[in-house]
Amino acid sequence: MLVSLYRYNPETDEKPSMRDYELELPEGKDLMVLDVLELLKRQDPSIAYRRSCREGVCGSDGMNMNGTNGLACITPVSSAAKNGKLVLRPLPGLPVIRDLVVDMSVFYQQFEKIEPFLINNTPAPAIERLQSPEEREKLDGLYECILCACCSTNCPSFWWNPEKFVGPAGLLQAYRFLADSRDTATDARLADLEDPFSVFRCRGIMNCVAVCPKGLNPTRAIGHIRSMLLQRAS
Amino acid sequence: MSGIRTLSFDAVIVGGGGAGMRAALQLSQSGYKTAVISKVFPTRSHTVSAQGGITCAIASDDPNDDWRWHMYDTVKGSDYIGDQDAIEYMCSEGPQTVFELEHMGLPFSRTESGRIYQRPFGGQSKDFGKGGQAARTCAAADRTGHALLHTLYQGNVKNKTVFFNEWYATDIVRNQDGVVVGCIAICIETGETVYIQSKATVFATGGAGRIFASTTNALICTGDGVGMALRAGYPVQDIEMWQFHPTGIYGAGTLVTEGCRGEGGYLVNKDGERFMERYAPNAKDLAGRDVVARSMVMEILEGRGVGPNGDHVLLKLDHLGEKVLNAKLPGILELSRTFAHVDPVKEPIPVVPTCHYMMGGIPTNVNGQAITQDANGNDKIIEGLFAVGEVACVSVHGANRLGGNSLLDLVVFGRAAGKHIEGMLKQGVEQRAASKEDIDQALTRLNRLNSTTSGESVAVLRTELQTIMQNYFGVFRRGDYMRQGIEKLKELRGRIANINLEDKSNAFNTARIEALELENLFEVAEATAIAAETRTESRGAHARDDFQERDDENWLCHSLYFPASKSVAKRAVNFTPKTVPTFEPKVRTY
Repeated sequence: MLVSLYRYNPETDEKPSMRDYELELPEGKDLMVLDVLELLKRQDPSIAYRRSCREGVCGSDGMNMNGTNGLACITPVSSAAKNGKLVLRPLPGLPVIRDLVVDMSVFYQQFEKIEPFLINNTPAPAIERLQSPEEREKLDGLYECILCACCSTNCPSFWWNPEKFVGPAGLLQAYRFLADSRDTATDARLADLEDPFSVFRCRGIMNCVAVCPKGLNPTRAIGHIRSMLLQRAS
Repeated sequence: MSGIRTLSFDAVIVGGGGAGMRAALQLSQSGYKTAVISKVFPTRSHTVSAQGGITCAIASDDPNDDWRWHMYDTVKGSDYIGDQDAIEYMCSEGPQTVFELEHMGLPFSRTESGRIYQRPFGGQSKDFGKGGQAARTCAAADRTGHALLHTLYQGNVKNKTVFFNEWYATDIVRNQDGVVVGCIAICIETGETVYIQSKATVFATGGAGRIFASTTNALICTGDGVGMALRAGYPVQDIEMWQFHPTGIYGAGTLVTEGCRGEGGYLVNKDGERFMERYAPNAKDLAGRDVVARSMVMEILEGRGVGPNGDHVLLKLDHLGEKVLNAKLPGILELSRTFAHVDPVKEPIPVVPTCHYMMGGIPTNVNGQAITQDANGNDKIIEGLFAVGEVACVSVHGANRLGGNSLLDLVVFGRAAGKHIEGMLKQGVEQRAASKEDIDQALTRLNRLNSTTSGESVAVLRTELQTIMQNYFGVFRRGDYMRQGIEKLKELRGRIANINLEDKSNAFNTARIEALELENLFEVAEATAIAAETRTESRGAHARDDFQERDDENWLCHSLYFPASKSVAKRAVNFTPKTVPTFEPKVRTY
């Protein structure tokens, strides 16, 4: 298998380049892209990438594989490679620190901006706050986000305005708290999102939905936020 | 070289998983200058992979549930070497701790009455083992660890905890009086090395499942805290006790939650027989994890395994129906389709016992204070050092952890250590100074690695280490085999001391981090090997072919491994809970 890898070390390289590696893959086993990277790293320990759980729940190894964002650990080589060639690049639109490692600061800042924590200023009961299964079901498809950034770095609106547009990942989380029957800060949350950029820069391109490795739908969540904002204004 | 920067905090927490973030939350809530050093962004910590839930007597499924029943199960599960004062503390403080998490926003699954959903897990009973199976594990579908870890991160964002994300702690800094006064840490992004000075240093570094070739653990579970403690000369306790989870996906090692069996799934051999009925007639598939794992290996050894090599068994779920599986076990469907290429709605999942959890670790009291022994064999607190979560051995799990007790351990003792440090800081603790020599001492290992010019590669040595541990220290152990394994480790130590770090660049140099991690893995492995060979009995997860019985006369105690002499001492188990009578050791059957 031919693997073409984005390489950049700020201490030695003037600019990034693609480097090709020939790799013997073990027969009869469909490896994940992360397995391929681990094999390459045995050959060349200087290759840098993030990884942790290797089962698609920690969100470390988001990267661009033959043009599509996804998690290396749950993407089979057979589905990523084209014409026997695997092309690996860092997530697009964020500064590269080294090789496949990007600087995610702006992504995390947008996440923090939406106040990603439950707000409930009523006194807490002695046991848990009650929530019906129907109310709880509204959080399904929202709370499962793993902050891998595959969606936001696949979003043209986020590429253009990463400082001002919250982006699909942050907005999915914003709606996760708006939708929670236990959260009492709906009005303040909406007020914080009312400006022309935070939400309304979403153009409904749905690139986020196309790549989410957890099968989540940020565009739908953004639609709900828009409706809530419109209702609040009227 | 110690011209390095010093950063100063009231408390520094090494590790951003469940235990570390719960401790950090406690301290940042009360306004102390707290830092969390985490080698990965906190939500990428291994807590995120916990699936089934957090076991706790919140009396939702059964309004008459009692934390004392949970305590009974945990003591029995530990095969009687869990400390009863610590287990009492965990089980009685548990409900309050879980309610706090819910108030913080944790999206638990719910019952019709709006309370937290609880499912049955292995080793659970009502009425001190007399009232049948209990359902005591609080769940957020099968993503409880993810929900818990994200909630704790959110709580820390709210309370403005200072995070050093993608920083890696290398060694403890200890001053001339033997007080732990912080640690050395590397910023992975820039390569800068700093001394992090602190009045309290809390290790929340997690487990070390990567000492084995086949493990459910994340690639980051490399025993960094245990490695640092052993290098500083501190002992570790019950480190021979490693849990093999019955259901790791065959081939991939990824975890399939015990909640599958809690929801009604069961194991079958190649004849389609539900074999656990023979090994544990009452609890069947919900016996203790050590019991189920051993039964599976027995089936395989006796020729009833599945597959061309007869080397695994099957977990059957299809009879539960698609609706239940989608609602209760959605993550398992995903993992099985990805890693086993099977759809559990239609076909069983190939599974095999897989290394999962380190019951042993740095011995502590219920406040998280690390403990060593003085010359007379009495407990002595290590000033300035704390440990919580999987790296600690407080000990609530003894020789075998019950499912769902790990998440509870994290939050209960993370919170307890946080509270204790809070009290300590309130009373006014002086920052004890470290001299230039103290810092240089802590930098020795890093400096040596940074100046290597030859030697072997990390990847090759790591594979060898994992193979030795898998072959000589697995589910079943035998003295002569283990002694062979120990010899092999001795030889490997010399080679690992001579690792070659070819790439000495600074920016995000993961080769450097992996080399440092390998040294920690080795320390854990060697301690495991020597302690396992020394404990001449079978108890909990430690099963020996040459000593098949539990030996209460000689081994109803903790093992304490001392790195300087590479020898094992004994430490008494606590049998004096404060508010309930002692649970006396009994024959353990399910």
